[in-house]
Amino acid sequence: MQWKLLLPKKMVLPNGKEVLAKRSVIPLLWLILFVLTLLSIRITGFSLEVLRDRIDQFFVIIQQMVPPNWGYVAKLWQPLFDTIKMSLLGSVVGAICALPIAMLAAANITKNKWIAMWSKFMLSLLRTLPTLIIALIATFIFGLGTMAGTIAIFLFTIAYVGKLLYEQIENVDLRGFEAMQAMGLPTIQAFRYAILPQILPNYISTSLFCFEGNVRYASILGYVGAGGIGLLLNESIGWRSYANVGMILLMLVCTVFIIESTSEYFRKRLM
Amino acid sequence: MNAIEKQLQLQPNRRMSYFLTLLILGLLFIWSLSTLHVDSISNNGTKIAKNIVVGLLQPDWTLLFNATTGGIPYLLIETMAIAFLGTIVGAFLAIPLAFLSASNIVPKPIAFVVRLLLIVIRTIPAIVYGLMFIRVTGQGPFAGVLTMSLTSIGMLSKLYVDVIEDLDKSVLESMEALGCTLMEKIRFGIWPQLTALFLSIVIYRFDMNLRDATVLGLVGAGGIGAPLIFAMNAYKWSEVGAILIGLIFLILIVEYVSNRMRTKLVKG
Repeated sequence: MQWKLLLPKKMVLPNGKEVLAKRSVIPLLWLILFVLTLLSIRITGFSLEVLRDRIDQFFVIIQQMVPPNWGYVAKLWQPLFDTIKMSLLGSVVGAICALPIAMLAAANITKNKWIAMWSKFMLSLLRTLPTLIIALIATFIFGLGTMAGTIAIFLFTIAYVGKLLYEQIENVDLRGFEAMQAMGLPTIQAFRYAILPQILPNYISTSLFCFEGNVRYASILGYVGAGGIGLLLNESIGWRSYANVGMILLMLVCTVFIIESTSEYFRKRLM
Repeated sequence: MNAIEKQLQLQPNRRMSYFLTLLILGLLFIWSLSTLHVDSISNNGTKIAKNIVVGLLQPDWTLLFNATTGGIPYLLIETMAIAFLGTIVGAFLAIPLAFLSASNIVPKPIAFVVRLLLIVIRTIPAIVYGLMFIRVTGQGPFAGVLTMSLTSIGMLSKLYVDVIEDLDKSVLESMEALGCTLMEKIRFGIWPQLTALFLSIVIYRFDMNLRDATVLGLVGAGGIGAPLIFAMNAYKWSEVGAILIGLIFLILIVEYVSNRMRTKLVKG
């Protein structure tokens, strides 16, 4: 459609023939991008001068963090383990629950169009809600504490793993599944023996990846009262004791690094 | 013993490793069960849950279609502008870092150090960056843009690196054989291989930034997050419903458009 708005360029070949060359849309795209950027700059009040003059302020807090408060470590272990537990439990249960939902959402397994469409819609609806907002709602319902954080991570994991999983199931080789159904196996058993082995490595790998991300998310959930190390982070920031903040961040970075390296090792073995 | 049985016995016996994996997972699972405490469910939890559903079903329509700067349309546009600008700035800043952490371009030690730096950048929560940038710019969407660009760098460069490490080098060799200069090699050998995939990554990150931009409201860095959280803490569920509906609508549209663009980019 958009190609027709741009008049094609006429070119004369050496033998006198005229041909129409399609014009490239790249300059137009650049123009649109440029206009959008200008608009965004106006809306957000972005200004390079402010950035240049005051960027040293950015490092003020970092400087105050730099000798982290080592004495604070003893108080950090419990919340840190809470954070890891929250993300572990939420990820494991969420990944397990994602499997049946993905089965329902995959159009080639669920023949009923309405169920498949409805499940897909629910999954994308769940994914649009930011984790922090889900956690906030969960704190209203389940009270302050780790329970609310676990629920938020659980829901996010279902949405994320479920979506990637149903896309995978829809692209799977169906011949084994059909052969088993022809032999008289019910759908669940045919799925178990024909499709699950094909998707299993990717399913575990996706779940591990989600777990990695969840540890990072879980660390801020405390900000809305959903338990974990975020509570202490919020507290230290409130008291402006940036040495404590530095210590929390250091512990978080180390934990995430260890978890990421471990899960990357397993994911490479799975592939 | 027929051929099938023979083949079956050739299969390595993994029962032990399966058992151990399940055992470890089970133990970790039981260990983490302590985060659940059903007794703490607040008594009026069900009442609040009902209120939320009612609020979502009966949103505050005047707020939803309010065209002033306090209305939802403007807040959504502001959130989009923050995510858009943040993504663009982050996308440019991530390119040099990605090349510096690609192990097929720079020596291994440098790549390792830059990777470590990227992990640090990625792990520090957006809220902390937000606080730091508010010192620089004052409260408002500008701080949000800077925060978004810094948090985008981590993931963008990680995904860029995967693309860079998959570069097809045979093209470069044949260009060298043709006598191309370095600039020509970059322009016609590397650039065309990278642009489509990089763009697809950036669009994906824009999608994510739009979701994450709600977090910024917590520290006063602009966007729709702050009104949403205020409305929640004030138990104004019809306002919450209106904001959530606007947000969900926007994110679904952006996701649809960005998926279309990405499939077009990757498939050509």
